[in-house]
Amino acid sequence: MQVSPAPVLEIRGLEKRYPTGDLAIKGVDLDLAPGAVLGLIGPSGAGKSTLIRCINRLVEPTAGAIRLAGTDIGALSGGALRRERRQIGMIFQEFALVERLTVMENVLSGRLGTVGFWASWFRRFPGEDIAAAYRLLDRVGLAGMENKRADALSGGQRQRVGIARALIQHPRLLLVDEPTASLDPKTSRQIMRLLLELCREHGLAAIVNIHDVVLATEFLPRIVGLRAGEVVFDGPAGDVSTDVLTSIYGDEDWTAITRRMQQAAQDDEHLDEAKLVAIAA
Amino acid sequence: MTQALAATAYPTQWKKPPFIESAAWRVALWLGAVLYLVLALGSLEVNWARLVEGLERGGRFVAAFVQPDFTSRWNDILAGFSESLTMTITSTALGIALSIPVAVGAARNLAPTPVYLACRGFIAVSRTLNEIIVAIFLVALFGFGPFAGFLTLTFATIGFMAKLLAEDIEEADAAPLEALRATGAGFLQRLDFAVFPQVMPRFIGLSLYRLDINFRESAVIGIVGAGGIGATLNTAMDRYEYDTAAAVILIIIAIVMAAEYLSGMLRARIQ
Amino acid sequence: MSNETVAVWRKRAPRAELAVFAAWVLALAFTSWAFQVMTQDTIWAFVTDAPKQAADIGGRMLPPAWSYIHELWWPLWETLNIATLGTLLGIVLATPVAFLAARNTTPSRIFVRPIALFVIAASRSINSLIWALLLVAILGPGVLAGIIAIALRSIGFIGKLLYESIEEIDATQVEAIAATGASRAQVMAWGVAPQVMPTLAGISVFRWDINIRESTVLGLVGAGGIGLKLEAALGVLAWPKVTMLLIAILATVVVSEWITAAVRKRLI
Repeated sequence: MQVSPAPVLEIRGLEKRYPTGDLAIKGVDLDLAPGAVLGLIGPSGAGKSTLIRCINRLVEPTAGAIRLAGTDIGALSGGALRRERRQIGMIFQEFALVERLTVMENVLSGRLGTVGFWASWFRRFPGEDIAAAYRLLDRVGLAGMENKRADALSGGQRQRVGIARALIQHPRLLLVDEPTASLDPKTSRQIMRLLLELCREHGLAAIVNIHDVVLATEFLPRIVGLRAGEVVFDGPAGDVSTDVLTSIYGDEDWTAITRRMQQAAQDDEHLDEAKLVAIAA
Repeated sequence: MTQALAATAYPTQWKKPPFIESAAWRVALWLGAVLYLVLALGSLEVNWARLVEGLERGGRFVAAFVQPDFTSRWNDILAGFSESLTMTITSTALGIALSIPVAVGAARNLAPTPVYLACRGFIAVSRTLNEIIVAIFLVALFGFGPFAGFLTLTFATIGFMAKLLAEDIEEADAAPLEALRATGAGFLQRLDFAVFPQVMPRFIGLSLYRLDINFRESAVIGIVGAGGIGATLNTAMDRYEYDTAAAVILIIIAIVMAAEYLSGMLRARIQ
Repeated sequence: MSNETVAVWRKRAPRAELAVFAAWVLALAFTSWAFQVMTQDTIWAFVTDAPKQAADIGGRMLPPAWSYIHELWWPLWETLNIATLGTLLGIVLATPVAFLAARNTTPSRIFVRPIALFVIAASRSINSLIWALLLVAILGPGVLAGIIAIALRSIGFIGKLLYESIEEIDATQVEAIAATGASRAQVMAWGVAPQVMPTLAGISVFRWDINIRESTVLGLVGAGGIGLKLEAALGVLAWPKVTMLLIAILATVVVSEWITAAVRKRLI
């Protein structure tokens, strides 16, 4: 029997109550092993976005504990919190690039935590950061685009910049908030595939918050279903059945969706092979 | 594949592309800016002895703001504000009323060319001439006091409101106008039914804004003799009564802030 | 009457129509009362005399003293400097105030923000000519008082428009920079500043144009520039010179408007 390694992320009894009194997250427990990738699904308003924002404290949780590699993030403030945030990369739904800055600046902004204010003001980053940025841009398929302004890019290209920005932080954990919600279906698949490849390459743990069930079960090995701030399902993607979907989203005829999920699972094996051939060529 | 990527040597230097692409222009603009600043700052004659003396006066002024004197000249202050406020109300009302025909005349889609040019010319003159300069002349013509100030602000209000209203009318949806013309409606009927409903909400908002401007201006034109609180302030400064001047300024700030708050509430209600 | 069957359509119900009518009457009464109060000390003889005065002054003003322009270049240069240096100083002072006043960047909504908002409101309430009046009393007459007066008035204008634009920025771009572990200052410089830079440039050019107009009259209270010459010419009733001064001022305003329009076109 394999001994499971210490989780990179532990969430215990997490709760978030907004000042309005709405309870967005109700006692969530979650463990994430190093290198594990998890898909967070659930209806709009289930608290997916709130949950991942609690992890890097863009949203302040009201109760519970979050430990990143043993460090209790909830107890940190000021500089210590910023140091911990550097270890968590985040990828956003609307890309959240600084639109008027160049691609290179957007990628380098992932290193802001490691350089002083004036160095960053005059865009003086260490040589290794710049080399890393060039390498990542190359890796995500944006070689030669470093001087373009972010607002001149297409949606898929922007998300690639967003991914590079998160990876240049050398994070332990990647938080991915609806990476494909603003993209067309084809680009969505490309981005999901790229994300998973990169997680594998860097041995990165990731939480991918995603509303597209078919896409989620196709790409993500482990699925967590959130409903009204509570975890109602946690298991391998293959176990997501009609019943599970009903428990997450409520009553609806899910047979069409589950059929497409099975179909996609088969297709993807072929696609992966085709892609490997293409890359090797 | 990853090994191949790692083997590539990536640059360790990167420079943000400059905002102005042409190097010649960039250098010229920088040099021009530096040259201007050197010349401008160089021609600044600062009398340091006077300045040091001024610091002490500045201190007294700050002290006056901490302890403003509302009481000893209260009657003057009251008279000044009463003139300023009445001047503001009357000039805004008359200015707005007169700005409507001027705006209709200055709207290209409604007015014949000669009328259009005349109205546009009037607006241009009214907007280009500084209120203070207009006030100087009107004081020379109509004598000292708030009546000259009233005329100054009315004149400025017409130009301001008519320009913005004319632009609104020109941008208004043409379809209702066409529809009414097709029904055989007269000119005034067309205005009433097709134009005014479209521009009214913003016009009311602008009127409130102009009321605010007119009050602030009414505090200034008194300096050149057109009545109002500006005259009181000028007198206080002439007499070196800084504490009274401070009181006047604080009341002006309070009224402007209150007016802004009220007009904000009113505008929120209208929209 | 009671058996009238033809319905009459009205824009408003009769009662509401009455209320609107009453409001108009009240407004009219209020305005005429204000007019009465305002003109209680007016000497109507002067007012009725105005057309004659106008003809008289108009006659004296023409022709303009064209050669007087040679004495105006230096005051015009001073006017330009008052407006430009004043605007620059205003931008430098207004930018931090705007960041302190914007809800999403202020360090404290309860303590700092109200102070910053008060600074903006106070600066906006007081016309630059009044600032100049105060500053001339403190610093003595001259260009410096004019520059500071323009700067003080510009704080409110630039500060208000800038803080409103800061409040309207895209919050997710800021969130993304904060999520990388950047410091507060870096979040401002990398997440907020790039978004408001174009607005700041636009506002500054716009304010410079206004400041050119305002700096032409600051001399009336002794704060330097062409206004000083105007004050002097009016003092001795040298009407042909006054005409020349007005022409010079109008030309300056038109040129500044033209420059502003050209620069704004470039910026956008």
